[in-house]
Amino acid sequence: MKLELRGITKRFPGVVANRDVDLVVQPGEIHGLLGENGAGKTTLMNILYGLYQPDEGEILIDDAPVSFDGPGDAIDAGIGMVHQHFMLVPVFTVTENVMLGVEETSGPLGALDRDAARRRIVEISERHGLRIDPDAVVEDLPVGVRQRVEIVKTLYRQSNVLVLDEPSAVLTPQETEELFGIMRSLVEGGTSIVFITHKLNEVLEIADRITVLHHGQVAGTTTPDATTREDLAAMMVGRQVDLVVDKDPATPGDPVLEVRDLVVRDERGHTSVNGLSLTVRAGEILAIAGVQGNGQSELVEAIAGLRDIERGEILIDGHAYGTDPRAIYAAGVAHVPEDRMEEGLVGDFTVADNLILTSYWHPPYSKGMQLDGDAIVASANDLVEQFDVRTPSIFNPVSNLSGGNQQKVIAAREFSRPLRLIIAAQPTRGLDVGSIEYIHGRIVEKRDEGTAVLIVATEIEEVLALGDRIAVMFQGRIVDTLDPSEATSERLGLLMGGAHPEDVDVEEAELAPARTVTDG
Amino acid sequence: MGDEVERKDAPEPEDERPLPEEQPVGEPPRQRSGILGALRGLVLPLLALFTALVVGAFIIILTDFELMGLWASDPVAALAASWSSVTATYGALLRGSIGDPGALIGAIVTLDGDAFRRAFIPLSETIISATPLVFTGLSVALAFRVGLFNIGAEGQLYLGGLLAVIVGFSLTGLPFFIHLPLALAAGFAGGALWGFIPGLLKARTGAHEVIVTIMLNFVAYNLINWALKTPLVQREGRSDPISKIIEPSAALVPIFEGLRAHWGIVIALLAAVAVWWLLFRSTKGFEFRAVGFNPRAARYAGMSIAWSTVMSMVIAGGLAGLAGTAVILSGSGTLSPGFSPGFGFDGIVVALVGNTRPLGVVAAAFLFGALRAGATPMQSATGTPLDLVVVIQALVILFVAAPALVRAIYRIRAERVTGSEVFAKGWGS
Amino acid sequence: MTAATASMTRADRRLRTRQRVLGLIYLGLAVVMVIGFGVSVGGGVDSTFTLTPGNAPVTVPDLVVPSAGTAYLLATVVAFAGAIQLTRGFGARWALILGLVAFAFVFAFLTWVASAQSMNLTGLLQTTVQRAVPIAFGALSGILCERAGVVNIAIEGMLLSGAFVSAVVASATDNPWLGVGAAILMGGILAALLAVLAIRYRVDQIIAGFFINILVTGLTAFLSVRILQPYQQELNVPPRLGQIHIPLLSDIPVLGPILFQHNIFVYTLFALIIVIHLGLFYTRWGLRVRAVGEHPKAADTVGIDVYFVRYRNVILGGMVAGLGGAYFTIGSTGGFEREMTAGRGYIGLAAMIFGGWNPIGGFLAGLVFGFADAIQSRLSILSIAIPSEFLLMVPYLVTIIVVAGLVGRARAPAADGKPYVKE
Repeated sequence: MKLELRGITKRFPGVVANRDVDLVVQPGEIHGLLGENGAGKTTLMNILYGLYQPDEGEILIDDAPVSFDGPGDAIDAGIGMVHQHFMLVPVFTVTENVMLGVEETSGPLGALDRDAARRRIVEISERHGLRIDPDAVVEDLPVGVRQRVEIVKTLYRQSNVLVLDEPSAVLTPQETEELFGIMRSLVEGGTSIVFITHKLNEVLEIADRITVLHHGQVAGTTTPDATTREDLAAMMVGRQVDLVVDKDPATPGDPVLEVRDLVVRDERGHTSVNGLSLTVRAGEILAIAGVQGNGQSELVEAIAGLRDIERGEILIDGHAYGTDPRAIYAAGVAHVPEDRMEEGLVGDFTVADNLILTSYWHPPYSKGMQLDGDAIVASANDLVEQFDVRTPSIFNPVSNLSGGNQQKVIAAREFSRPLRLIIAAQPTRGLDVGSIEYIHGRIVEKRDEGTAVLIVATEIEEVLALGDRIAVMFQGRIVDTLDPSEATSERLGLLMGGAHPEDVDVEEAELAPARTVTDG
Repeated sequence: MGDEVERKDAPEPEDERPLPEEQPVGEPPRQRSGILGALRGLVLPLLALFTALVVGAFIIILTDFELMGLWASDPVAALAASWSSVTATYGALLRGSIGDPGALIGAIVTLDGDAFRRAFIPLSETIISATPLVFTGLSVALAFRVGLFNIGAEGQLYLGGLLAVIVGFSLTGLPFFIHLPLALAAGFAGGALWGFIPGLLKARTGAHEVIVTIMLNFVAYNLINWALKTPLVQREGRSDPISKIIEPSAALVPIFEGLRAHWGIVIALLAAVAVWWLLFRSTKGFEFRAVGFNPRAARYAGMSIAWSTVMSMVIAGGLAGLAGTAVILSGSGTLSPGFSPGFGFDGIVVALVGNTRPLGVVAAAFLFGALRAGATPMQSATGTPLDLVVVIQALVILFVAAPALVRAIYRIRAERVTGSEVFAKGWGS
Repeated sequence: MTAATASMTRADRRLRTRQRVLGLIYLGLAVVMVIGFGVSVGGGVDSTFTLTPGNAPVTVPDLVVPSAGTAYLLATVVAFAGAIQLTRGFGARWALILGLVAFAFVFAFLTWVASAQSMNLTGLLQTTVQRAVPIAFGALSGILCERAGVVNIAIEGMLLSGAFVSAVVASATDNPWLGVGAAILMGGILAALLAVLAIRYRVDQIIAGFFINILVTGLTAFLSVRILQPYQQELNVPPRLGQIHIPLLSDIPVLGPILFQHNIFVYTLFALIIVIHLGLFYTRWGLRVRAVGEHPKAADTVGIDVYFVRYRNVILGGMVAGLGGAYFTIGSTGGFEREMTAGRGYIGLAAMIFGGWNPIGGFLAGLVFGFADAIQSRLSILSIAIPSEFLLMVPYLVTIIVVAGLVGRARAPAADGKPYVKE
C-alpha cells in the first residue's frame, strides 16, 4: 500500500505545527521521519491517524484521496499507529487489549471469543517473532513488551502502514535492536513503516528513506546511503540565523553547585538520573543539552529539593538541603521550572500573588501569618516595571498574560532575590524572539553579577548561545562536556542522539583541533 | 510535542481580558472596578435564581389539578388563575421572609415597639435560618478553595451540636462570658474532628473525601441517635431521643427583645470575616488557594499539600460544627435527631451560589435563609408545599453549576470560566 | 530491572504492615469473642437457632449449640488465623481468611445474641435478602455508570424517583407492571440528565449527582403533599407485586425460604447481577465499557465512541436504579412516603465500592449491609444491650476502611469521574 501526504498544513492557535508537508511512503519501505522535539512529527502523524483534521492538504492511499474523521476510519484504511504514550488499558490482558474495538465474538449477544483472538495473536506473534504472553495483564509488563503488544494490536487489525512514534524512546539499546529486527520482518511481509525519531543513528540504521522535518516543514528527503549523520543533524537542527547573546567571557569563581554521583528515580520508579556528576561555578553558565526525557527534569527537580535523591549528593555552597525547597530558596537559589503554567505559576492567581509565590512566608511580604498587602503591591509594581511585564494591572490573573510575559513574571520573582544559583529548565520554550532575548539578557546579567547558572535546554541554538560550558545529557548521564568554541550544532546533535564522544572525536578530529575536557 | 499546541505568544486583545476573578491581596480601594466586578459576579447567580423561580412557577401551575380542567374549558381564565396562584405563592414567600413593606416602613416611622417587633418577625426568621447556612456555606467554600469537596458539613454539624450541647448542660455556675465561648469552642472542636478524619485519610491514603464525608454523615447521624439515648445526654424522664437543656449561661440570646434572631448571626458574620482574612490575607490562606488551584505549583513553592488538606478540612469541619452549635445554643437549647433540616447540604448550594467567596456566601446564605423562612408561611397561606423551596434550590445549583445552560437560555456571550473544573477528578485521586 | 525490584520492596513493605495490622485485628477479635460472647454468658447455656420460617411446609430441626463453647471454639479458630497472619501471612488467600474470620465472629455474635433463647436464623437471613435488594440495585446502577467512567452519586435520587413514579402510575392505572415500567423510564430520564450534564456540559459529576438528589427529594416531597395527599386513594395505593414461590427451589430446606420465596424484584435482581456480570466481563459490550472507564483515550484510538458508551451506560444505570426504586413501593410497603429511601442509595454506592465495582461483589456487600440492618431491627426484640446504631454504622465504616485502603484496596476504574475531552 502506498501512502502519500500532500501539502499538509495544520495550524494551532498561535503556531503553525505543519506547513505544506509532503511525504510519500512506498509499499514495503521503512520511512524515517526525523526531527527535533517540536518539529511537528507527532502532529503530522495524528493527522494521518484521523485524530486531527488538516487545515490544508490531503491524504492519498494508493493514489486515491481519503479523508479520516476519526481513528476508526484510519484503522479501516489499514493504518496502524503505535503512540509514543502507549494506548493500552493497564488492567486488561494482552488479548483484551489487542481485540478491543475489533472483538472476535460468538453468538448473537456479542460474547467474546477470547480463544479465537488468542489463537490469532499467537499466530501473529510467531510469524513476526513478537514474543508476548496473550494472557498477561498489561500493567505487569515491562515497556518493551508493551510496545510489542501495541505492534501486535496494529497487525491484528491487518494494518498495511505502521506508524511508530518515537518507539525507541522508552527502550534499552538491546530492546531497540530487537524492535529493528521485528520491523525488518514486518517490511519483508509487505508492511510499510513510518518510523518517527530524533535519533540519527537509528534512522540511518533502519530506514530505507528519510524525511527530515524542521519547524513543521520538510527540510529534505534523502536515503541513508546518500547522507551522513552530520548532514542529517544539520538538516534537523536547521541553519537559521543563530541567536546572538551579547556576553563577555565568563570569569568562573568558586564552585556553587556540586552534584556527585546522583541517582534519581522518576514517578514510575525508573532510574532517570543515573550516576550524574557536575559542578557549576559562580559567574558561569553551564548549559545542559539533551533530548527531552533523558533525566533533565528529574535532575532539576532534585536540585530544587522537589524530588528524593536515591544516591549521591547535591551541595549548594557546600550544604546539602535535601528535600526542603524553602531552605533552598533561602540559600539563594532561583528555580525557573520547566513548565510555566503547570508548575511555575498559579494561573488563577494575580500577577502580584504569583510574584510572591516563593517568598510569601517571610518579610517583607508577611508578618507572622498576615500578608502585607502594601508591601506586596509595592514590590509587584516595582518588579512589573523593572522586568517590563506587559499586563493591564498587577491584579490580572497571570493566565491571561502571553507566554513571554508569564515567563517574565517568573524571572521577576526568581531573579529579584539575592542569588547564588539559578536553575532554569527550558527557560525560553515557546517564547517569541523578543522575549527569548530578554530572558537571555537577564540570565547573562545575573551571571555577570557572580551567580552560578545551570540551564537545561533542548534547543541547540539556545545551548550554544548561552552556555559558557556545554554538557550533553543522555540517558541520565553527562556524556560529554564541551567548550562552546568547539561545540557545533552537528556535534551536539550527534551527542544528544547517543553517539559516543570518541566516535564524534574521531570523525571531527580535523575540525576540532583543541578541546579541553572539563569535569563531567 | 504537546507544547506545540500550548504556545501562546500573541498577546490577547485588551477587551478579551475579564476583570480580576478574585480579590487579590492588597488590592487598593478601586471602587469602580470592585463594584463592577461584584455586579458581574451577581449576574449569573441572579439569573439562575430567576430561572429557577420561573421553573418553580411552572411546577406550581402544572401540579394544580383544578387548573388542569380549566385549561381545557377556559384557557384565559386558567391563565389568569395560574398567574394569581403563582403571585400569591411567591408573594407569601416574600412576606414570610422579608415582611410587609408597609408594616416595615410604618414601624420605622412610628418607632412603636410592638409594631416594630411584628413587622420585623419575618426578617428575624430569615436571619435565624441564614445563621447556620453562613457557617456551612463557609465550611464548604473553604474546602472548595483547597480543591476539596466537603459533602460532610451535615455530619460535622451534628458532631458540633452534640459536643456543644454536652458542654452547654454539663457545666453549671459559669458566667456566660466563659460558658458560651466554651460551648462554641466545643462545637467547633466536634466538627473539626469530623473534618479531620477525611482530611487525614485524603492526605495519607488518598481516600476520596467525597466518599468518606458521605459515609461520615451517616455515622454521625447514628452516633447522635445513640448518644441521645445514653444517660449522659438524654433528658431525665424522657424515652425519646432528646438531650438535656443547656444552661442559660451557654445560650445565644436574642439580639432584640421579642424577636428570635440571636447573636449567632453576629458570630457567623465574624466567622465570614475570619475566613475572608484566612483565605485572602493570611499566608496559610495563600497556601490553601495555591494548593486548590494548582497543587504542582504549590509543591514547587515549597508548600505542603498534605498539611493544607488536613488543616482546611479541620477548619471547614469546625465551621460546620459551629452551624450546629448556633442552632443548638439558641431557641430551645436542646439537641434532637432532626435538628438540622439539611443545613449541611444547603451549605453546598450556598457555597456554589456564593462563588466560594465569604461575602458571596453571606449573601447566598441570606437568600436561601429567606427562602426557608418564607416557606412555612407560604405553605400555611397558600397551601403550596414548602418543599417547593428545595426544588428551587436544586434548580439554582443546576444553573450555577452549568453556567453554559443559563448562557444558552439568555444568549449571554461566554466569559472565560476559571476554576470550574478544580473539582473534576476521579475517586482515585 | 533495579527499578522494578525497588518498587516491589516498597509494595512488599506496605503489604507486610497490612498483614501485621490484620493479624492484630484478628487477635483482638478473638479476645472480644472470648470475653464478650463466651465468659459473659457462662457455661451451661445453649443457643437455639430456628431454621424453619413460620409457614414452611418442610420443617427442619432447630440447631442447638452451647453458647459459650461455640464462642470459645470460634475464638480459637480466629486466634489461630491471627497468629498465622501475624507471623507468615496467608499470601493471596488473605481475602478468603478475612471472610472466614468475619464469618466466625458474626456467628459467635449470633450465638451470644441467641444465648438462652431461640432465634429464627432463616427469618433473619430472609430479611437480610429483602434489605439487601434496594442496596444491590443501587450498587448495580453505580457499577454500570462508573465502569464507563461516570461517577453516579445520584443513585439515591433515582431510587426515590422510581419509588414515587411507580407508586403513582401503578395506582392510577391499577397495574403494577406499568408502575415498574414508569419507574425504569423515570430512572433513565434522570440518568440522561446526569449524563448530559456530566458529558456534554462537563459539570462536575459530583455536583450534578448532588443536584439530582436534591431535585428529586424536593420534587417528590412537594408532589406528595400537593398531589398524593389530596388524592391518596387514587394515586398512592398501588397494587403490589406479591411473592412468587419458585417451584422446587423454594422447597429446599433453609436456602429455599431465604432465596426463593420473594417477589419478582428479587429474582430480577438475581438475573441482573448475572447478566451484568457476564456482560461486563465476557462480552464485547463489557470490554468496551471497561476500556472507556479505564482509559478512554485508548478506547478512542481504536475507534470506540467514548461519549456514546458513557451515555448508554449511565442511562442503563439509571434504569436499574429506577427499577430498584419501585421495590420500595410496589415491591414492599405499597404507598409512597417522602424520603422513604432513607439513604439506601448511598449505601448502594458504598456496596459498589466495597464490592470492588463488581456486580457479584456489590451484591455480597449489599448482603453484608442488609444483614447489619436486619440484625439491628431484631436486637430490640431480643433485648440485647448493643445499641442498634452501631450496627447501622457498619456499612459506612466498612466503606471508609475500604476506600482508605486500610484492609485491601478497592480499585476504582482509572478514569472514573474524569470528563473525557476529545482532541
